[in-house]
Amino acid sequence: MDLGPHAGFIVAAYAVAVAIVAGLIAWIVIDHRAQTRILEDLERAGVTRRSSPREEVP
Amino acid sequence: MRPAELANPSRFNALVARVLPWLVAATVLAFVLGLYQALFVAPDDYQQGATVKIMFIHVPSAWLGMLGWALMSISALGTLVWRHPLADVAMKTAAPIGAAFTLICLVTGALWGRPTWGTYWVWDARLTSVLILFLMYLGVIALWRTVDDPSRAARAAAVLTLVGAVNLPIIKFSVDWWNTLHQPASVLRLGGSTVYPTILIPLLMMAVAFTLLFVTLHLSAMRNEILRRRVRTLRLMRAATANL
Repeated sequence: MDLGPHAGFIVAAYAVAVAIVAGLIAWIVIDHRAQTRILEDLERAGVTRRSSPREEVP
Repeated sequence: MRPAELANPSRFNALVARVLPWLVAATVLAFVLGLYQALFVAPDDYQQGATVKIMFIHVPSAWLGMLGWALMSISALGTLVWRHPLADVAMKTAAPIGAAFTLICLVTGALWGRPTWGTYWVWDARLTSVLILFLMYLGVIALWRTVDDPSRAARAAAVLTLVGAVNLPIIKFSVDWWNTLHQPASVLRLGGSTVYPTILIPLLMMAVAFTLLFVTLHLSAMRNEILRRRVRTLRLMRAATANL
């Protein structure tokens, strides 16, 4: 693949696109882990919603 | 699952958990095929040479930058008119993703413009209206962060989003209404595409890949936002219990 005399511009454009998309993906993954962890901590502390499924009473 | 059941955030998250692995796989596959076509199969342009390869990321990101705001506008109607419980979640989470694609469009456009036009930037109608779109995205994101109550923030953001939707036809038709350095429409136009199929097909494949990426990111971000609101509710309940 010969990118010609303007290879730097082409490579830079693809690199910027990859960096921005990677940042978006990282933000979403980190945010998901953080929210899940906080939710688990709250539920472990006994804070639950009224609509949460209850355990069956024998 | 009936469409009406998706209004329930828990059921929506369960559906996203099932669909997401398939969407990720489809996105990766679409990018592998699209990038192969764009980088190794599509010929160089007879005038621009290899710099035409920038088009395969510039044009899809431009489309998705606009699609993001269109999606936000529909969600804004869903918030203000139908009060759908997921509408403002969709509106809020589309903003940073749309902003990111618009930023990709602006930066890759500048990097394409320098070797093609001899300048990174010019204040013509197309470039300026896309820059305004990016600034509007930042404004909506800032508004969401300014107002603490999600329902109040949603109403304010919905109004701002609908006002900002005026910019979408301006972006689309700016190249027809004014003399611009940016070229006129060559793919989505009434007389059909003017792009030769050997370049058009890779471009459409990349557009599909970018769209799948947008959908995947948006559904993931919506799931996160639903979790964030659940956390907020539980914290408020804990605070209320502590005050009794």
